[in-house]
Amino acid sequence: MLEARIHVTLKKSVLDPQGDTVMSGLASLGFATVEDCRIGKFMVLRLSETDAAAAKAQVDEMCRKLLANPVIEDYVFQIGEVAG
Amino acid sequence: MKFGVLIFPGTWSHQDFAHVLEDVLHCPWGYVWHKDTSVAGYDCLILPGGFAHGDYLRCGAIARFSPVMEAVVRFAKAGGPVIGSCNGFQILCEAGLLPGALLRNVSLQYRCRWVHIRTESVATPFTRGLTRGQVLKMPISHGEGRYFAAPETLATLKANGQIVFRYSTPDGEITAEANPNGALENIAGICNEERNVVGLMPHPERAAEPLLGSEDGLPLFTSALEAVRRASR
Repeated sequence: MLEARIHVTLKKSVLDPQGDTVMSGLASLGFATVEDCRIGKFMVLRLSETDAAAAKAQVDEMCRKLLANPVIEDYVFQIGEVAG
Repeated sequence: MKFGVLIFPGTWSHQDFAHVLEDVLHCPWGYVWHKDTSVAGYDCLILPGGFAHGDYLRCGAIARFSPVMEAVVRFAKAGGPVIGSCNGFQILCEAGLLPGALLRNVSLQYRCRWVHIRTESVATPFTRGLTRGQVLKMPISHGEGRYFAAPETLATLKANGQIVFRYSTPDGEITAEANPNGALENIAGICNEERNVVGLMPHPERAAEPLLGSEDGLPLFTSALEAVRRASR
């Protein structure tokens, strides 16, 4: 069984006030090395598809059509076997 | 002339719209459930505010796939007047009927207060009764109202005069202080290229009676009534 692990993040050109707020929280904790922080979404899909190439095409379409909004977000994903 | 007020699971402003249509304007209207597959018989569609489908994933993202949206898209493509307020605006953007997207307020806070918006375009069915530059007082009530569009989309909006409302001071000045959510260029409302679909974050239905502190939302309804009457002549 295959699993898709998808990250959706705001595009670099889109201001992320949530990420900025978390970064200032880290700074006030003394973590001075953090230069940027972006908050995104992480999704895990379990697929009945067994062919990795077909799964990749399907997940890409899912991302384009629903899971990410191309106006404001970027996405990356990996397809792999479900970890036992 | 009959208004259709859409209801998705989680919509909350439909009764406010119904009240204005029934008790203030005394005109025919009906609710349209999100599982309906037809909007036949309606002359103007309203997508009210709320949290359609819990706003899961992104505001308006799931509502776009409600069965009724196919009928709404057909209605809009045929030139029918459609207006979305607040969550309705977010749904229209997700459905691709309006360009751009609505993001988390820069303040990260839910904003529920009065704002002033300046009318930038009167060339829509919902603003034809206004004058350009006219300032309206309406409430906002949202956590995700920061309008965003890519630079090339913004350029198109400007070139076509698709920016309909911008947040302003009561005197009509466009300032950073008058912008309640960090919206790009103070944009509060836009229309599509064909000008029949309008979306705005403020709530015209909550500013339609003197008792509520403003009647400035009423012209959006009366403009639509007049536009449909003229079109059906």
